[in-house]
Amino acid sequence: MSHSFTLDGRELPFVPGQTIMAAAQAAGVYIPHLCHNPDYAPHGSCRVCLVGVGRRQVSACTTPVTEGMEVDNNSEAVQDNRRAVLQMLFAEGNHICPVCERSGNCQLQAVAYYTGMLAPHYPPFFPRRPVDASHPDFIIDFGRCILCELCVRASRDHDGKRVFAISGRGLASHLVIDSESGLLGDSCFAVTDRAAHVCPTGAILPKHKGFERPIGERLYDREPISTVGDLRAHEDEVD
Amino acid sequence: MGGPSVPEIQGFVTESLGRRGRAPEHLLQHLIGVQHRFGWVPPAAVESLAAQLDVTRTQVRAAIAFYAFLHDRPRGDFDILFSDNITDRMLGNQRLLALLAEQLGMGPDETRADGRVTLGLTSCTGMCDQGPALLINGRAVTALTPQRVDRIADLVGQGVALDHWPGEYFRVEDNLRRRGLLLSNPVTDGAGLRKLVDLGVEPALADLDRSGLRGRGGAGFTTALKWKFCREAPEGDRYVVCNADEGEPGTFKDRVLLTSYADLVLEGMTICAAVVGARRGFIYLRGEYAYLLPHLESVLARRRAEGLLGESILGKAGFDFEVAVHLGAGAYICGEETALIESLEGRRGVTRKRAPYPVIAGYKDRPTVVNNVETFLAAARIVQWGGYWFRGEGTDQSAGSKILSVSGDCARPGIYEYPFGTPVHRVLTDCGAERTQALQISGASGTTLTPADFDRIIAFEDLSTAGSFMIFDQSRDMFDMVQNFAAFFAHESCGFCTPCRVGGSLLHNLVEKVAAGQASEHDLGELRQIGAVMRRATYCGLGSSAPNHILNTLDKFPDIYRRRLRSAEYTPSFDLDGALAQARAIAGRDDARAHIPDTPPQPPEAAV
Repeated sequence: MSHSFTLDGRELPFVPGQTIMAAAQAAGVYIPHLCHNPDYAPHGSCRVCLVGVGRRQVSACTTPVTEGMEVDNNSEAVQDNRRAVLQMLFAEGNHICPVCERSGNCQLQAVAYYTGMLAPHYPPFFPRRPVDASHPDFIIDFGRCILCELCVRASRDHDGKRVFAISGRGLASHLVIDSESGLLGDSCFAVTDRAAHVCPTGAILPKHKGFERPIGERLYDREPISTVGDLRAHEDEVD
Repeated sequence: MGGPSVPEIQGFVTESLGRRGRAPEHLLQHLIGVQHRFGWVPPAAVESLAAQLDVTRTQVRAAIAFYAFLHDRPRGDFDILFSDNITDRMLGNQRLLALLAEQLGMGPDETRADGRVTLGLTSCTGMCDQGPALLINGRAVTALTPQRVDRIADLVGQGVALDHWPGEYFRVEDNLRRRGLLLSNPVTDGAGLRKLVDLGVEPALADLDRSGLRGRGGAGFTTALKWKFCREAPEGDRYVVCNADEGEPGTFKDRVLLTSYADLVLEGMTICAAVVGARRGFIYLRGEYAYLLPHLESVLARRRAEGLLGESILGKAGFDFEVAVHLGAGAYICGEETALIESLEGRRGVTRKRAPYPVIAGYKDRPTVVNNVETFLAAARIVQWGGYWFRGEGTDQSAGSKILSVSGDCARPGIYEYPFGTPVHRVLTDCGAERTQALQISGASGTTLTPADFDRIIAFEDLSTAGSFMIFDQSRDMFDMVQNFAAFFAHESCGFCTPCRVGGSLLHNLVEKVAAGQASEHDLGELRQIGAVMRRATYCGLGSSAPNHILNTLDKFPDIYRRRLRSAEYTPSFDLDGALAQARAIAGRDDARAHIPDTPPQPPEAAV
């Protein structure tokens, strides 16, 4: 027996147990997201993938589809929420796109464009978070971390290393590294780790190269994220 | 300096591991022990715990950074935290803190240079009916007066150990003002448990079903249904958890229940264990109530001796149930049941994805019943006296009674039990509240009521409440409450999801901007917009209720904002003169011409 639900008025099939995100992706429909990556268990923390179901908004990445469910992925109310959440992320960190090596290859920036975010809106917090350049192959710019925990999950669930964790709470929550000094260079982090390649922003960057492709000609400069998808599918170009 | 030596720290950790256990979920309990022993968690303890439990040092450090009562640098020998709920403020806690700081010759939020004493503030410690209150090395001191503060300054100055302080400082009163269905009779001889053993589980569950009991923690889920779900879950271990992380500001009924009705609470937990088939249970006790630990341990020991706990309860082979008390360490979010379970497992108390709900996958991913202290108490009586007995009080949708924690501006603060359906004005009259301007019901995350609401009734279908009842008379500026709650929510956000983590701090900053007289009408719109996003978009219920106090007061007390506005339209958040401070310092200038004058923007008419 086949199952179906409705997304923005379109009837789509789903497999019982599938999340709204997975069913939409399978049908080729883009739902903006940041902390979601199908290689890892759904997380639900960034709140960018909120969709309307009935009178509530739920995260598409964690909510299972049910028969006949009507999902709103496109109304102004849904897009307003997403923009506000993205603006909060921009205000929280130090996201200065014009000077960032990831500009054009950054999912945060690309999703912000997709949702029509034109300005950060909220007063920025300008956190002081020193860069960690202690590792021979990678630098970490904590100011660009959006706490999606993809590196945490990749290191733990794929690499079997637990190099990263989130510490603190509230606005003081921050990414930490598992070494005695707390520095990446003293940890067992390696260029071959999956954790080195899952960051959706410019927080974890490879060393020894930069701006090889000019800003303006990069992945999301050419096409919107809704068409070309996440960095996951374009690692050759981006790394 | 005479800090603890590394072998001393390692020795303590080894001893703690032997006593409390070596599983990763024991981490938080070890950390609390280390903090208590040394006044902080030294790096040697971090390394030692990481090496001997199956956790990374990062997980240990992350837990220390998460819980407010754990510290990665030394605190003073006397670590003094003033409770800073709005009710403490109304009783003058800030003045008393300033007084103590002055007498000790230090600032109100620092450790004195000689390491003798640390001063600071902490979220509501659950002593609102006998405040202002403070915690000293984790122990509650109540009913502070200037005289008591004077004496405390002397005792600290002389370095007198807490055990030699006057006992009355640590006295915590029950203040039971009105006993109803549940509180009128504290006696238990295990009658409910005996009935269960005699008649079996099915009649007990039927009585619970008949009673219409709904969870007393606020959400109001039907208790019988929760227990049934857990009972029907696939084979294997299951757990019973009593949520005694009473962190909602203005709530303190669970403290009283655990003090004077602990047997009934444990009987309810034991009955639940029989119904769902659990062999282990936990009381998650908030760190602020750590002083109750010896009392609870003695009740547990007595119940074991009486055959009401442990193996073969009441002689029934196979009816085994053991309860452990797990301490929290200063985190409001741990009152949320999934965060509580994370904390029980030794981690940061961050909310989990639901579904699956804890009743399907809770502690160690096993079916787990998490209920409020009051719910277990009610369940014990329902099984003893029957579902109809309970059903006989209350309304159609809200059976039985509700225990309220009443504080603020009234003659008789304390614990009041009423049948559901009781109007608010009845409570106000009984507690001696006069000239009441507002009532904050169900805590900081609850609803702000004005006299127009005082005919409304306490019931799930009207005013649902976890029991907090904070009263404000006409002498109060309601903006003080807003400022207090906004700071509270920014401090207590677990940080997991964007809208609560960032939105909570944005709200706090905007409220401070209003307080400083720097805000405009535009900022009030921002408060509403951010509040609305938080209500819709946060991951858990605590985040979505965090802006309630702002949204409520913007509607019901608009003047507390309006009269503080600097201009009608727009004031930039950017402080131009402040931004020049560094340049002035470099240039060595501080004359008038090195400043940008602070003139309010002209109204639009004048600009023409």
